Amino acid sequence: MKRLSLMLGLAVATTAAMQSCKMKTAATAVQGDAASKTYVAPGKYDEIYNFVSGGFNGQVSVYGLPSGRLLKVIPVFAVNPENGYGYSEETKAMLNTTNGLIPWDDQHHLDLSQTNGEQDGRWLFANANNTPRVARIDLTTFKTMEILQIPNSAGNHSSPFITENTEYVVAGTRFSVPLGSEDVPISSFKDNFHSTASFISVDKNSGKMDLAFQIVLPGMNLDLSHAGKGPSHDWFFFSSYNTEQAYTLLEVNASQKDKDYIVAVNWKKAEEYAKAGKGKKVPATYAHNTYDEHKQTATSEIKNEVLLLDPKDCPDMVYMIPCPKSPHGCDIDPSGEYIVGSGKLAALIPVFSFSKMTKAIAGKQFEGDFKGIPIIKYEAALHGEVQKPGLGPLHTEFDGKGNAYTSMFLSSEVVKWSLKDLQVLDRVPTYYSVGHLMIPGGDTRKPGGKYLVAYNKITKDRFLPTGPELAQSAQLYDISGDKMQLILDFPTFGEPHYAQACQASLIKDKQVKYYDINKNGHDYVTMGEKKANVVRKGNRVDIYMTAIRSHLVPDNIEGVFVGDEVYFHVTNLEQDWDIPHGFAIKNNPNAELLIMPGETVTLKFSPDKQGIYPFYCTDFCSALHQEMSGYLRVSPKGANVPLKFGTGETVTSVAAK
Amino acid sequence: MKKLSQAGLMSIPVVIICLATLWFFPMWRIDMRAPQYPDGLSMQIWINDVKGDVPIINGLNHYIGMKTIHQEDFLEFVFMPVSIAFFMAAGILIMVLKKKILYYCWTGIFLVIALLSFGDFYRWEYNYGHQLDPNPPIKVPGMSYQPPLIGYKKLLNFEVLSQPDVAGWFYIASGLILVGITYYEWKKK
Repeated sequence: MKRLSLMLGLAVATTAAMQSCKMKTAATAVQGDAASKTYVAPGKYDEIYNFVSGGFNGQVSVYGLPSGRLLKVIPVFAVNPENGYGYSEETKAMLNTTNGLIPWDDQHHLDLSQTNGEQDGRWLFANANNTPRVARIDLTTFKTMEILQIPNSAGNHSSPFITENTEYVVAGTRFSVPLGSEDVPISSFKDNFHSTASFISVDKNSGKMDLAFQIVLPGMNLDLSHAGKGPSHDWFFFSSYNTEQAYTLLEVNASQKDKDYIVAVNWKKAEEYAKAGKGKKVPATYAHNTYDEHKQTATSEIKNEVLLLDPKDCPDMVYMIPCPKSPHGCDIDPSGEYIVGSGKLAALIPVFSFSKMTKAIAGKQFEGDFKGIPIIKYEAALHGEVQKPGLGPLHTEFDGKGNAYTSMFLSSEVVKWSLKDLQVLDRVPTYYSVGHLMIPGGDTRKPGGKYLVAYNKITKDRFLPTGPELAQSAQLYDISGDKMQLILDFPTFGEPHYAQACQASLIKDKQVKYYDINKNGHDYVTMGEKKANVVRKGNRVDIYMTAIRSHLVPDNIEGVFVGDEVYFHVTNLEQDWDIPHGFAIKNNPNAELLIMPGETVTLKFSPDKQGIYPFYCTDFCSALHQEMSGYLRVSPKGANVPLKFGTGETVTSVAAK
Repeated sequence: MKKLSQAGLMSIPVVIICLATLWFFPMWRIDMRAPQYPDGLSMQIWINDVKGDVPIINGLNHYIGMKTIHQEDFLEFVFMPVSIAFFMAAGILIMVLKKKILYYCWTGIFLVIALLSFGDFYRWEYNYGHQLDPNPPIKVPGMSYQPPLIGYKKLLNFEVLSQPDVAGWFYIASGLILVGITYYEWKKK
């Protein structure tokens, strides 16, 4: 008996000891006052708007920081049945391409517009990776205003990075492809395939984009990019991989060389060459879609020509800097002097110096050329290497205090290091594989030094499991002190590839609250209930409808036949913030509409069966929202039913013959 | 007939200027606040118009069957400016004639206008608050919605504050000047 209790005692003691030396788990990584640092009390606003790329959902999501609350999902490259984006007659043109309406894309990176290297809170640019496109979102309405397709490109990955005054947005090719639509064997990659760096000019006042010129580069994969700033203002830097020019099993064949390149493009020179007529205008078709705020309607224009610049004809425009092992991120520090290339397969981080680079160019310190483009000697451009930073460096952002923060995919951590002496200062684990990271303004001249968000590429145990697919996770770190501190997890959509963030004060007070109905220039606007109307032309029926709390005018419509094309042009007459009205009609194989106050939006309905079709407001608008509905009567083709409509009067039914 | 003193004479242009503010500033304001309207709603009553969040207030009033407010429904917006303009013109005449008795009359007329205006305002609020549509979307038994003539009142979950606005305060000041000077002139004889 005694022995037994002794053994039991030993067992208990052992278990207790094992408990106490249990391995550190994700849950223990947060300590102290983390909650109070991210708590935003009811009635208070977040400090920061965080714009996060939606990855394969094609949208952009907006979060508040430090709370991590989701504020909005902005439809950009994917149709959105929630508000009719891509479904309404007004917005279909936004998703038009030379291959017709493409309802989806892979949205990777974002960039906030800048003036003098600082965020100006005007526009947000977004790229589509799959069908190469660049979009501009207006930050007063959080609406997509413009989408430009990029020809001669595939995998629009190093995009949409911008210059310091938003002079240009770039779009670099990830997959090299033949220019034009030539039919060539894949094995002729080295001869026929090219990568292009497209420069899209942005109008200073309207933001309107225009494909200014494309620089034709050798076949390889351009990965990421960033513009220079300050002294390096005139330059753009692109990271590249697969300079081996492999076209099959890239996993092995594109990792052969010890060094790939950072492509340094003098865009000022390129601009001069373009103006001087050094380029070649070649046929290329691409769509340019713009949303007209006055007409509240998007139009799509197909363009037919693009200006190509060949580095052979344009000396001093492009240089190559060798960079170890498939560089991914290509980030420029706030001073504009340092270029950080993150070799994702390298065990160190090379940091290049802009002044050394220009000196090397002046002194012709080259080590050969890549298809005619001079390659600067590695050591001649190198500022130094960060030794043993971790494994798999991907992206670097800056805090404005001389520190850089690099995400490490393989070793799953964020590493803080000093730009001056390239010493590692601090490291924190991420749970699990980190991809991009972002400091508000971290790629501008004036970064914020308070927060860092790490966006996970693969996440496993951060939130309640939801079947085979788990929520993506973003992790917020407090970087105001010497030691980085994890303070919050929040879930995100898609796989966020990059994000931008700015102080809320920069855009909060510029928000449009409603559209002035008197300035509504829509072709099918209904200015007041008395103007409501139904017009038939052949088999097209245009319904001029108004919506105001809590009724639709007209709400009884008869005399529509099977096979008709019915257009509901709904004008929201409200002039108050946050009073949109919705519109949906039974069995419509389409979507619904959300119509903002003062706006007109059109939903098309082609009934193929006779019957009574109720329609109603889908956005809860008032205590009488449920009552905001009506009926459309669809009669058989050729029936003797006169066209009738009204609200507040009983429509006398006319028997079908 | 007794002549008006220097102070009495000086007070006339001051009163006229005070009243002139009615054309440049609102005279009365009714502020409303509720949890669902954190920024509040406000209606400003001018001498010839009603401004502010009137369309939104009308939208809300619609639920309880209150009439909607429209500038063109108010005869007051014609009478008020005309009577005040006449009153100001009378002041200029008194300045020329300098008669005490006329000044007393002037004060008297002011008080009558003020009293009638307040009476009318009360009647207006009473009617709006009580003459409700018999078939409103929402009917709260025993509830009427008359806003306070002046001061604070709670109507359902709305807090309502009714008070003079800029021109209103000038109007009150001109009343105080008139009564004060009348008293002063009366004592002086």
